[in-house]
Amino acid sequence: MAEEKKTEFWRWTESNWKNPDLDWRTAGFVTVGIDVGSVSSQAVLVADGRILGYGNIRTGSDSPNSARNAVTFALEAADMPEDRINYCIGTGYGRVNVPFANRTITEIACHARGANFIYGPEVRTVLDVGGQDIKCIRCDEKGQVTHFLMNDKCAAGTGRGMEVFCDLLGVPITEAGDRSFEFNGEEPAAVSSTCVVFAKSEAAGLLRKGWTREEVLAAYCGAMADRIFSLVKRVGVEPGFAVTGGMAKNRGVVDRLMKKIGIKRMQTAWDTQIAGAAGAALFAYALCLKGDGK
Amino acid sequence: MITAGIDCGAKTTKTVILKDGTIIGKGMVPTGFDPVNAVEDSLDNAVKQAGIAREDIQRIGGTGSGKAAVRIANASVNDIKAMARGAFYFFPKARTVADVGAEESRAARLDVKGHPVDFATNEKCAAGAGAFIEAMARALEVSIEEMGPLCLQSDRQLPLNAQCAIFAESEVVGLIHSKTATPDISRAIHDSIAGRIASMIRRIGVNEDVALLGGLALNPGFVASITRQLNVDRLYTPPDPEFGAAVGAAVSAAETSK
Repeated sequence: MAEEKKTEFWRWTESNWKNPDLDWRTAGFVTVGIDVGSVSSQAVLVADGRILGYGNIRTGSDSPNSARNAVTFALEAADMPEDRINYCIGTGYGRVNVPFANRTITEIACHARGANFIYGPEVRTVLDVGGQDIKCIRCDEKGQVTHFLMNDKCAAGTGRGMEVFCDLLGVPITEAGDRSFEFNGEEPAAVSSTCVVFAKSEAAGLLRKGWTREEVLAAYCGAMADRIFSLVKRVGVEPGFAVTGGMAKNRGVVDRLMKKIGIKRMQTAWDTQIAGAAGAALFAYALCLKGDGK
Repeated sequence: MITAGIDCGAKTTKTVILKDGTIIGKGMVPTGFDPVNAVEDSLDNAVKQAGIAREDIQRIGGTGSGKAAVRIANASVNDIKAMARGAFYFFPKARTVADVGAEESRAARLDVKGHPVDFATNEKCAAGAGAFIEAMARALEVSIEEMGPLCLQSDRQLPLNAQCAIFAESEVVGLIHSKTATPDISRAIHDSIAGRIASMIRRIGVNEDVALLGGLALNPGFVASITRQLNVDRLYTPPDPEFGAAVGAAVSAAETSK
Protein backbone atom coordinates (compact mmCIF):
# COMPACT_ATOMS: atom_id res chain seq x y z
CA MET A 1 0.00 0.00 0.00
CA ALA A 2 1.33 3.42 -0.92
CA GLU A 3 2.06 5.55 2.09
CA GLU A 4 -0.47 8.31 2.44
CA LYS A 5 1.02 11.76 2.79
CA LYS A 6 -0.98 13.77 5.27
CA THR A 7 -0.45 17.48 5.72
CA GLU A 8 -0.16 18.32 9.38
CA PHE A 9 -2.01 21.58 9.59
CA TRP A 10 -1.45 21.87 13.34
CA ARG A 11 2.32 21.97 12.93
CA TRP A 12 3.97 25.24 13.93
CA THR A 13 7.59 26.19 13.37
CA GLU A 14 10.16 25.19 15.95
CA SER A 15 12.79 27.86 16.50
CA ASN A 16 15.96 28.76 18.35
CA TRP A 17 17.67 32.11 18.81
CA LYS A 18 20.83 33.67 20.16
CA ASN A 19 21.16 37.19 21.52
CA PRO A 20 23.87 38.84 19.33
CA ASP A 21 24.70 41.35 22.09
CA LEU A 22 25.69 38.79 24.70
CA ASP A 23 28.64 36.43 25.05
CA TRP A 24 28.53 33.51 27.50
CA ARG A 25 32.34 33.59 27.77
CA THR A 26 32.25 36.88 29.64
CA ALA A 27 29.15 36.09 31.72
CA GLY A 28 29.25 35.53 35.47
CA PHE A 29 26.34 33.12 35.80
CA VAL A 30 24.61 31.26 32.99
CA THR A 31 21.32 29.65 34.03
CA VAL A 32 18.70 27.72 32.13
CA GLY A 33 14.97 27.39 32.58
CA ILE A 34 13.14 24.50 30.94
CA ASP A 35 9.40 24.58 30.48
CA VAL A 36 8.10 21.15 29.46
CA GLY A 37 4.54 21.66 28.34
CA SER A 38 2.10 19.14 26.98
CA VAL A 39 2.46 20.39 23.43
CA SER A 40 5.68 22.45 23.35
CA SER A 41 8.90 22.64 25.36
CA GLN A 42 11.23 25.60 25.73
CA ALA A 43 14.70 26.08 27.14
CA VAL A 44 15.80 29.66 27.85
CA LEU A 45 19.43 30.49 28.63
CA VAL A 46 19.99 33.52 30.83
CA ALA A 47 23.37 35.20 31.27
CA ASP A 48 23.50 37.45 34.35
CA GLY A 49 19.78 38.13 34.20
CA ARG A 50 19.55 38.75 30.44
CA ILE A 51 18.30 36.33 27.83
CA LEU A 52 21.23 34.76 25.99
CA GLY A 53 19.25 32.45 23.74
CA TYR A 54 16.48 29.90 23.61
CA GLY A 55 15.10 26.83 21.90
CA ASN A 56 11.40 26.16 21.32
CA ILE A 57 10.37 22.67 20.20
CA ARG A 58 7.35 20.42 20.04
CA THR A 59 7.03 18.05 23.02
CA GLY A 60 7.40 14.42 22.00
CA SER A 61 5.83 11.43 23.69
CA ASP A 62 8.66 11.35 26.22
CA SER A 63 9.20 14.32 28.58
CA PRO A 64 12.89 13.75 29.56
CA ASN A 65 13.81 13.60 25.87
CA SER A 66 11.82 16.75 25.12
CA ALA A 67 13.61 18.62 27.91
CA ARG A 68 16.96 17.37 26.62
CA ASN A 69 16.13 18.32 23.02
CA ALA A 70 15.02 21.81 23.97
CA VAL A 71 18.26 22.45 25.87
CA THR A 72 20.38 21.04 23.06
CA PHE A 73 18.54 23.27 20.57
CA ALA A 74 19.14 26.36 22.73
CA LEU A 75 22.80 25.47 23.27
CA GLU A 76 23.26 25.08 19.51
CA ALA A 77 21.97 28.59 18.96
CA ALA A 78 24.16 30.01 21.72
CA ASP A 79 27.12 27.90 20.57
CA MET A 80 27.86 27.13 24.19
CA PRO A 81 28.99 23.93 25.95
CA GLU A 82 26.47 22.44 28.37
CA ASP A 83 28.87 22.36 31.31
CA ARG A 84 28.92 26.17 31.30
CA ILE A 85 25.40 26.14 32.84
CA ASN A 86 25.47 27.05 36.52
CA TYR A 87 21.92 26.20 37.48
CA CYS A 88 18.90 24.59 35.86
CA ILE A 89 15.23 24.89 36.84
CA GLY A 90 12.42 22.80 35.38
CA THR A 91 8.84 24.01 35.14
CA GLY A 92 5.62 23.19 33.32
CA TYR A 93 3.39 20.15 33.12
CA GLY A 94 6.36 17.81 32.63
CA ARG A 95 8.69 19.52 35.13
CA VAL A 96 9.17 16.37 37.23
CA ASN A 97 10.62 14.77 34.11
CA VAL A 98 13.65 17.03 33.74
CA PRO A 99 16.26 14.69 35.19
CA PHE A 100 19.13 17.20 35.02
CA ALA A 101 17.27 20.05 36.76
CA ASN A 102 18.62 21.31 40.09
CA ARG A 103 15.07 22.04 41.21
CA THR A 104 11.53 22.64 39.96
CA ILE A 105 9.20 25.64 40.31
CA THR A 106 5.51 25.74 39.35
CA GLU A 107 4.64 27.20 35.97
CA ILE A 108 2.32 29.74 37.61
CA ALA A 109 5.23 31.46 39.38
CA CYS A 110 7.45 31.12 36.30
CA HIS A 111 4.90 32.61 33.91
CA ALA A 112 4.31 35.63 36.11
CA ARG A 113 8.06 36.16 36.49
CA GLY A 114 8.66 35.61 32.77
CA ALA A 115 5.84 37.95 31.70
CA ASN A 116 7.24 40.60 34.03
CA PHE A 117 10.54 40.26 32.16
CA ILE A 118 9.39 40.06 28.55
CA TYR A 119 6.55 42.61 28.84
CA GLY A 120 8.03 44.79 31.59
CA PRO A 121 7.11 45.54 35.21
CA GLU A 122 3.78 47.19 34.28
CA VAL A 123 2.24 43.71 33.82
CA ARG A 124 -0.53 43.04 36.35
CA THR A 125 -2.60 40.36 34.61
CA VAL A 126 -1.01 37.46 32.73
CA LEU A 127 -3.09 35.21 30.55
CA ASP A 128 -1.20 32.11 29.50
CA VAL A 129 -2.92 29.94 26.94
CA GLY A 130 -0.84 26.89 26.26
CA GLY A 131 -1.43 23.55 24.63
CA GLN A 132 -3.34 21.94 27.46
CA ASP A 133 -4.31 24.63 29.95
CA ILE A 134 -5.43 28.19 30.43
CA LYS A 135 -3.99 30.17 33.32
CA CYS A 136 -4.97 33.65 34.36
CA ILE A 137 -2.54 35.12 36.87
CA ARG A 138 -2.55 38.44 38.72
CA CYS A 139 0.84 39.70 39.82
CA ASP A 140 2.64 42.67 41.36
CA GLU A 141 5.37 44.88 39.89
CA LYS A 142 8.00 42.28 40.77
CA GLY A 143 6.17 39.55 38.90
CA GLN A 144 5.08 37.87 42.13
CA VAL A 145 1.77 36.01 41.95
CA THR A 146 -1.08 37.52 43.97
CA HIS A 147 -3.96 35.44 42.61
CA PHE A 148 -4.57 32.92 39.84
CA LEU A 149 -7.04 30.46 38.33
CA MET A 150 -6.43 27.74 35.82
CA ASN A 151 -8.31 25.23 33.74
CA ASP A 152 -6.43 22.09 32.86
CA LYS A 153 -9.19 19.50 32.60
CA CYS A 154 -10.81 20.47 29.32
CA ALA A 155 -9.44 21.23 25.85
CA ALA A 156 -12.00 23.98 25.18
CA GLY A 157 -10.14 27.25 24.70
CA THR A 158 -6.67 25.66 24.66
CA GLY A 159 -4.02 25.45 21.97
CA ARG A 160 -4.63 21.74 21.48
CA GLY A 161 -8.27 22.53 20.70
CA MET A 162 -7.13 24.99 18.03
CA GLU A 163 -4.74 22.41 16.58
CA VAL A 164 -7.54 19.88 16.27
CA PHE A 165 -9.72 22.45 14.53
CA CYS A 166 -7.01 23.50 12.10
CA ASP A 167 -6.55 19.85 11.15
CA LEU A 168 -10.30 19.51 10.61
CA LEU A 169 -10.52 22.66 8.47
CA GLY A 170 -7.23 22.14 6.63
CA VAL A 171 -5.92 25.56 7.63
CA PRO A 172 -2.27 25.87 8.77
CA ILE A 173 -2.33 26.90 12.45
CA THR A 174 0.04 29.80 11.88
CA GLU A 175 -2.49 31.33 9.45
CA ALA A 176 -5.61 30.56 11.48
CA GLY A 177 -5.74 33.90 13.30
CA ASP A 178 -5.55 36.07 10.17
CA ARG A 179 -7.81 33.80 8.13
CA SER A 180 -10.51 34.01 10.81
CA PHE A 181 -11.09 37.63 9.79
CA GLU A 182 -11.36 36.90 6.06
CA PHE A 183 -15.11 36.79 5.59
CA ASN A 184 -17.73 39.14 4.21
CA GLY A 185 -20.50 40.64 6.26
CA GLU A 186 -21.18 40.25 9.94
CA GLU A 187 -19.17 38.25 12.46
CA PRO A 188 -20.61 34.70 12.50
CA ALA A 189 -22.17 33.51 15.77
CA ALA A 190 -19.73 31.59 17.98
CA VAL A 191 -19.82 27.79 17.88
CA SER A 192 -22.23 26.81 20.68
CA SER A 193 -20.69 23.52 21.86
CA THR A 194 -18.09 23.88 24.58
CA CYS A 195 -16.60 20.40 24.19
CA VAL A 196 -14.07 20.30 21.33
CA VAL A 197 -15.35 16.87 20.24
CA PHE A 198 -18.89 18.23 19.89
CA ALA A 199 -17.67 21.53 18.39
CA LYS A 200 -16.02 19.47 15.64
CA SER A 201 -19.38 17.88 14.76
CA GLU A 202 -21.00 21.31 14.88
CA ALA A 203 -18.33 22.69 12.53
CA ALA A 204 -18.83 19.79 10.11
CA GLY A 205 -22.52 20.70 10.05
CA LEU A 206 -21.72 24.37 9.35
CA LEU A 207 -19.40 23.45 6.46
CA ARG A 208 -22.17 21.27 5.06
CA LYS A 209 -24.56 24.18 5.29
CA GLY A 210 -22.20 26.10 2.99
CA TRP A 211 -20.17 28.17 5.46
CA THR A 212 -16.62 28.95 4.30
CA ARG A 213 -13.67 27.66 6.28
CA GLU A 214 -12.92 31.25 7.30
CA GLU A 215 -16.42 31.70 8.69
CA VAL A 216 -16.16 28.46 10.66
CA LEU A 217 -12.75 29.57 11.96
CA ALA A 218 -14.27 32.90 13.01
CA ALA A 219 -17.08 31.05 14.82
CA TYR A 220 -14.57 28.81 16.58
CA CYS A 221 -12.18 31.65 17.51
CA GLY A 222 -15.24 33.40 18.95
CA ALA A 223 -16.10 30.32 21.01
CA MET A 224 -12.51 30.10 22.29
CA ALA A 225 -12.56 33.78 23.23
CA ASP A 226 -15.84 33.20 25.14
CA ARG A 227 -14.35 30.27 26.98
CA ILE A 228 -11.15 32.11 27.93
CA PHE A 229 -13.10 35.24 28.88
CA SER A 230 -15.16 33.29 31.43
CA LEU A 231 -11.94 32.33 33.26
CA VAL A 232 -10.41 35.81 32.96
CA LYS A 233 -13.58 37.39 34.39
CA ARG A 234 -13.42 35.17 37.46
CA VAL A 235 -9.85 36.28 38.21
CA GLY A 236 -10.55 39.92 37.37
CA VAL A 237 -8.54 42.08 35.01
CA GLU A 238 -6.14 44.75 36.16
CA PRO A 239 -4.71 46.79 33.23
CA GLY A 240 -1.27 45.83 32.16
CA PHE A 241 -2.70 42.77 30.39
CA ALA A 242 -0.13 40.43 28.89
CA VAL A 243 -0.79 37.27 26.92
CA THR A 244 1.80 34.48 26.93
CA GLY A 245 1.94 31.01 25.43
CA GLY A 246 1.35 29.93 21.87
CA MET A 247 -2.16 31.35 21.69
CA ALA A 248 -0.75 34.89 22.03
CA LYS A 249 0.27 34.43 18.38
CA ASN A 250 -3.31 33.83 17.26
CA ARG A 251 -5.00 37.20 16.85
CA GLY A 252 -8.23 35.48 15.80
CA VAL A 253 -8.73 34.44 19.40
CA VAL A 254 -6.87 37.19 21.25
CA ASP A 255 -8.35 40.18 19.36
CA ARG A 256 -11.84 38.80 19.93
CA LEU A 257 -11.01 38.27 23.61
CA MET A 258 -9.60 41.80 24.07
CA LYS A 259 -12.75 43.22 22.50
CA LYS A 260 -14.77 41.48 25.20
CA ILE A 261 -12.43 42.66 27.96
CA GLY A 262 -12.47 46.18 26.52
CA ILE A 263 -8.77 47.05 26.86
CA LYS A 264 -5.70 46.65 24.68
CA ARG A 265 -3.13 43.99 25.42
CA MET A 266 0.54 44.80 25.98
CA GLN A 267 2.99 44.24 23.14
CA THR A 268 6.37 42.53 23.11
CA ALA A 269 9.02 41.65 20.56
CA TRP A 270 9.84 38.39 22.41
CA ASP A 271 8.45 35.01 21.46
CA THR A 272 5.49 34.67 23.85
CA GLN A 273 6.02 30.91 24.16
CA ILE A 274 9.24 31.37 26.15
CA ALA A 275 7.70 33.22 29.12
CA GLY A 276 7.58 30.21 31.46
CA ALA A 277 11.12 29.04 30.71
CA ALA A 278 12.43 32.61 30.93
CA GLY A 279 10.84 32.96 34.37
CA ALA A 280 12.46 29.69 35.48
CA ALA A 281 15.89 30.80 34.21
CA LEU A 282 15.53 34.15 36.02
CA PHE A 283 14.64 32.36 39.27
CA ALA A 284 17.74 30.23 38.73
CA TYR A 285 19.84 33.38 38.34
CA ALA A 286 18.41 34.81 41.58
CA LEU A 287 19.37 31.55 43.35
CA CYS A 288 22.91 31.81 41.93
CA LEU A 289 23.23 35.34 43.31
CA LYS A 290 22.21 33.97 46.73
CA GLY A 291 25.04 31.46 46.47
CA ASP A 292 23.08 28.36 45.45
CA GLY A 293 24.77 28.09 42.06
CA LYS A 294 28.10 26.72 40.85
CA MET B 1 -54.03 1.08 21.13
CA ILE B 2 -51.07 1.65 18.81
CA THR B 3 -48.50 4.32 19.66
CA ALA B 4 -45.04 5.18 18.35
CA GLY B 5 -42.05 6.54 20.22
CA ILE B 6 -39.40 8.39 18.20
CA ASP B 7 -36.04 9.17 19.79
CA CYS B 8 -34.04 11.55 17.61
CA GLY B 9 -30.51 11.31 19.02
CA ALA B 10 -27.19 12.91 18.13
CA LYS B 11 -26.03 9.91 16.15
CA THR B 12 -29.06 7.72 15.41
CA THR B 13 -32.83 8.11 15.30
CA LYS B 14 -34.92 5.26 16.67
CA THR B 15 -38.64 4.48 16.34
CA VAL B 16 -40.57 1.89 18.33
CA ILE B 17 -44.20 0.94 17.66
CA LEU B 18 -46.14 -0.33 20.63
CA LYS B 19 -49.48 -2.15 20.41
CA ASP B 20 -51.25 -2.60 23.75
CA GLY B 21 -47.92 -2.84 25.56
CA THR B 22 -46.18 -5.09 23.04
CA ILE B 23 -43.40 -3.93 20.74
CA ILE B 24 -44.44 -4.75 17.18
CA GLY B 25 -41.95 -2.75 15.13
CA LYS B 26 -38.59 -0.99 15.35
CA GLY B 27 -36.59 1.21 13.02
CA MET B 28 -33.19 2.85 13.38
CA VAL B 29 -31.33 5.13 10.95
CA PRO B 30 -28.34 7.48 11.27
CA THR B 31 -29.50 11.00 12.17
CA GLY B 32 -26.93 12.60 9.88
CA PHE B 33 -27.37 16.25 9.01
CA ASP B 34 -31.09 16.03 8.26
CA PRO B 35 -32.93 14.93 11.41
CA VAL B 36 -36.40 15.55 9.94
CA ASN B 37 -35.69 13.02 7.19
CA ALA B 38 -34.17 10.60 9.68
CA VAL B 39 -37.39 10.73 11.73
CA GLU B 40 -39.45 9.91 8.63
CA ASP B 41 -37.14 7.07 7.57
CA SER B 42 -36.97 5.43 10.98
CA LEU B 43 -40.76 5.62 11.29
CA ASP B 44 -41.20 4.11 7.81
CA ASN B 45 -38.89 1.23 8.74
CA ALA B 46 -40.76 0.55 11.98
CA VAL B 47 -44.17 0.72 10.30
CA LYS B 48 -43.01 -1.75 7.65
CA GLN B 49 -41.70 -4.16 10.28
CA ALA B 50 -44.94 -3.91 12.28
CA GLY B 51 -46.96 -4.65 9.15
CA ILE B 52 -49.34 -1.76 9.78
CA ALA B 53 -50.18 1.48 8.00
CA ARG B 54 -48.92 4.79 9.32
CA GLU B 55 -52.52 5.88 9.85
CA ASP B 56 -52.99 3.05 12.35
CA ILE B 57 -50.75 4.87 14.81
CA GLN B 58 -52.95 6.80 17.21
CA ARG B 59 -50.30 8.80 19.04
CA ILE B 60 -46.63 9.58 18.57
CA GLY B 61 -44.24 10.54 21.38
CA GLY B 62 -41.07 12.44 20.43
CA THR B 63 -37.90 12.58 22.51
CA GLY B 64 -34.11 12.95 22.30
CA SER B 65 -31.75 15.86 21.69
CA GLY B 66 -33.33 16.30 18.23
CA LYS B 67 -36.88 16.23 19.60
CA ALA B 68 -37.72 19.41 17.67
CA ALA B 69 -37.28 17.43 14.43
CA VAL B 70 -40.05 15.01 15.48
CA ARG B 71 -42.64 17.36 14.04
CA ILE B 72 -45.21 14.59 13.67
CA ALA B 73 -45.30 13.98 17.44
CA ASN B 74 -48.47 14.73 19.42
CA ALA B 75 -46.67 14.25 22.70
CA SER B 76 -43.31 15.75 23.58
CA VAL B 77 -41.60 13.51 26.13
CA ASN B 78 -38.56 14.85 27.99
CA ASP B 79 -35.40 12.74 28.00
CA ILE B 80 -35.59 11.82 31.68
CA LYS B 81 -39.19 10.69 31.45
CA ALA B 82 -38.55 8.68 28.27
CA MET B 83 -35.63 6.93 29.98
CA ALA B 84 -37.64 6.24 33.13
CA ARG B 85 -40.68 4.86 31.29
CA GLY B 86 -38.40 2.78 29.08
CA ALA B 87 -36.64 1.27 32.08
CA PHE B 88 -39.98 0.58 33.83
CA TYR B 89 -41.30 -1.17 30.71
CA PHE B 90 -38.49 -3.73 30.75
CA PHE B 91 -37.58 -3.81 34.45
CA PRO B 92 -40.43 -2.77 36.75
CA LYS B 93 -38.20 -3.44 39.77
CA ALA B 94 -35.48 -1.02 38.60
CA ARG B 95 -35.00 1.90 41.01
CA THR B 96 -32.01 3.44 39.28
CA VAL B 97 -31.61 3.87 35.55
CA ALA B 98 -28.83 5.27 33.40
CA ASP B 99 -28.84 5.96 29.67
CA VAL B 100 -25.52 6.47 27.93
CA GLY B 101 -25.79 7.58 24.33
CA ALA B 102 -23.43 8.94 21.70
CA GLU B 103 -23.25 12.53 22.97
CA GLU B 104 -25.23 12.58 26.20
CA SER B 105 -25.64 10.56 29.36
CA ARG B 106 -28.23 10.74 32.10
CA ALA B 107 -29.29 8.88 35.21
CA ALA B 108 -32.41 8.92 37.37
CA ARG B 109 -33.70 7.42 40.59
CA LEU B 110 -37.18 5.94 40.19
CA ASP B 111 -40.09 5.41 42.56
CA VAL B 112 -42.07 2.15 42.70
CA LYS B 113 -44.14 3.22 39.70
CA GLY B 114 -41.04 4.03 37.69
CA HIS B 115 -41.41 7.79 37.89
CA PRO B 116 -38.21 9.82 38.26
CA VAL B 117 -37.62 11.40 41.68
CA ASP B 118 -34.11 12.74 41.03
CA PHE B 119 -31.84 12.88 38.03
CA ALA B 120 -28.47 14.03 36.67
CA THR B 121 -27.40 14.66 33.09
CA ASN B 122 -24.29 15.34 31.06
CA GLU B 123 -24.72 16.83 27.63
CA LYS B 124 -21.79 19.25 27.56
CA CYS B 125 -18.75 17.02 27.53
CA ALA B 126 -17.72 14.05 25.39
CA ALA B 127 -15.83 12.53 28.34
CA GLY B 128 -19.14 11.18 29.68
CA ALA B 129 -20.64 9.88 26.44
CA GLY B 130 -20.12 7.27 23.75
CA ALA B 131 -18.21 9.81 21.66
CA PHE B 132 -15.34 9.32 24.13
CA ILE B 133 -14.91 5.63 23.25
CA GLU B 134 -15.33 6.44 19.55
CA ALA B 135 -12.55 9.03 19.66
CA MET B 136 -10.29 6.60 21.53
CA ALA B 137 -11.07 3.79 19.06
CA ARG B 138 -9.90 6.10 16.26
CA ALA B 139 -6.64 6.79 18.12
CA LEU B 140 -6.17 3.04 18.69
CA GLU B 141 -7.12 2.32 15.07
CA VAL B 142 -9.61 -0.39 15.99
CA SER B 143 -13.31 -0.47 15.15
CA ILE B 144 -15.82 0.65 17.77
CA GLU B 145 -17.29 -2.87 17.86
CA GLU B 146 -13.90 -4.35 18.79
CA MET B 147 -13.37 -2.01 21.73
CA GLY B 148 -15.52 -3.84 24.30
CA PRO B 149 -14.26 -7.38 23.57
CA LEU B 150 -10.67 -6.07 23.65
CA CYS B 151 -11.29 -4.54 27.05
CA LEU B 152 -12.49 -7.88 28.44
CA GLN B 153 -9.18 -9.52 27.43
CA SER B 154 -7.26 -7.38 29.89
CA ASP B 155 -6.84 -7.95 33.60
CA ARG B 156 -4.55 -4.99 34.08
CA GLN B 157 -5.68 -1.74 35.66
CA LEU B 158 -4.01 1.26 34.13
CA PRO B 159 -4.95 4.83 34.90
CA LEU B 160 -5.93 7.22 32.13
CA ASN B 161 -5.15 10.60 33.66
CA ALA B 162 -6.80 12.92 31.16
CA GLN B 163 -10.54 13.38 31.45
CA CYS B 164 -11.01 15.43 28.27
CA ALA B 165 -11.40 13.25 25.16
CA ILE B 166 -8.99 15.50 23.24
CA PHE B 167 -6.26 15.13 25.87
CA ALA B 168 -7.02 11.45 26.45
CA GLU B 169 -6.40 10.88 22.74
CA SER B 170 -2.84 12.20 23.12
CA GLU B 171 -2.44 10.02 26.21
CA VAL B 172 -3.59 6.94 24.29
CA VAL B 173 -1.10 7.72 21.52
CA GLY B 174 1.57 7.96 24.24
CA LEU B 175 0.54 4.52 25.58
CA ILE B 176 0.76 3.08 22.05
CA HIS B 177 4.27 4.54 21.68
CA SER B 178 5.34 3.00 24.98
CA LYS B 179 4.19 -0.40 23.62
CA THR B 180 1.29 -0.89 26.03
CA ALA B 181 -0.86 -3.85 24.90
CA THR B 182 -4.02 -2.81 23.03
CA PRO B 183 -6.40 -4.72 25.39
CA ASP B 184 -4.86 -2.91 28.39
CA ILE B 185 -5.35 0.47 26.70
CA SER B 186 -8.93 -0.45 25.85
CA ARG B 187 -9.53 -1.42 29.48
CA ALA B 188 -8.09 1.89 30.69
CA ILE B 189 -10.43 3.75 28.30
CA HIS B 190 -13.52 1.86 29.48
CA ASP B 191 -12.60 2.14 33.16
CA SER B 192 -12.13 5.87 32.69
CA ILE B 193 -15.55 6.62 31.15
CA ALA B 194 -17.32 4.06 33.36
CA GLY B 195 -15.84 5.81 36.39
CA ARG B 196 -17.36 9.12 35.34
CA ILE B 197 -20.78 7.61 34.60
CA ALA B 198 -20.66 5.67 37.89
CA SER B 199 -19.96 8.84 39.84
CA MET B 200 -22.87 10.57 38.09
CA ILE B 201 -25.14 7.66 39.13
CA ARG B 202 -23.79 7.72 42.69
CA ARG B 203 -24.63 11.43 42.90
CA ILE B 204 -28.32 10.59 42.67
CA GLY B 205 -27.94 7.36 44.69
CA VAL B 206 -27.61 3.72 43.64
CA ASN B 207 -30.78 1.78 44.49
CA GLU B 208 -30.98 -1.71 43.02
CA ASP B 209 -32.05 -2.90 40.56
CA VAL B 210 -29.97 -0.75 38.24
CA ALA B 211 -31.00 -0.62 34.57
CA LEU B 212 -28.74 0.55 31.76
CA LEU B 213 -30.12 1.85 28.47
CA GLY B 214 -28.53 3.49 25.44
CA GLY B 215 -26.01 2.37 22.86
CA LEU B 216 -23.21 1.87 25.37
CA ALA B 217 -25.17 -0.94 27.01
CA LEU B 218 -24.21 -2.96 23.89
CA ASN B 219 -20.53 -2.66 24.81
CA PRO B 220 -19.60 -5.61 27.08
CA GLY B 221 -16.41 -3.88 28.22
CA PHE B 222 -18.31 -0.83 29.42
CA VAL B 223 -21.00 -2.92 31.13
CA ALA B 224 -18.37 -5.01 32.97
CA SER B 225 -16.46 -1.93 34.04
CA ILE B 226 -19.44 0.05 35.32
CA THR B 227 -20.87 -3.03 37.11
CA ARG B 228 -17.56 -3.32 38.93
CA GLN B 229 -17.39 0.38 39.75
CA LEU B 230 -20.98 0.59 41.02
CA ASN B 231 -20.30 -2.49 43.12
CA VAL B 232 -23.56 -4.19 42.12
CA ASP B 233 -24.12 -7.85 41.16
CA ARG B 234 -25.46 -7.07 37.74
CA LEU B 235 -26.85 -4.36 35.53
CA TYR B 236 -30.13 -4.96 33.75
CA THR B 237 -29.89 -4.23 30.04
CA PRO B 238 -32.84 -4.79 27.70
CA PRO B 239 -32.52 -6.39 24.26
CA ASP B 240 -31.65 -3.59 21.81
CA PRO B 241 -30.82 -1.11 24.59
CA GLU B 242 -30.43 1.81 22.16
CA PHE B 243 -34.23 1.73 21.74
CA GLY B 244 -34.82 2.29 25.47
CA ALA B 245 -35.85 5.94 25.25
CA ALA B 246 -37.99 5.33 22.14
CA VAL B 247 -39.87 2.60 24.03
CA GLY B 248 -40.34 5.03 26.91
CA ALA B 249 -41.68 7.68 24.53
CA ALA B 250 -44.17 5.20 23.05
CA VAL B 251 -45.28 4.12 26.54
CA SER B 252 -45.62 7.74 27.58
CA ALA B 253 -47.66 8.60 24.46
CA ALA B 254 -50.09 5.79 25.36
CA GLU B 255 -50.34 6.94 28.99
CA THR B 256 -51.02 10.58 28.19
CA SER B 257 -53.90 9.66 25.87
CA LYS B 258 -55.93 8.38 28.81
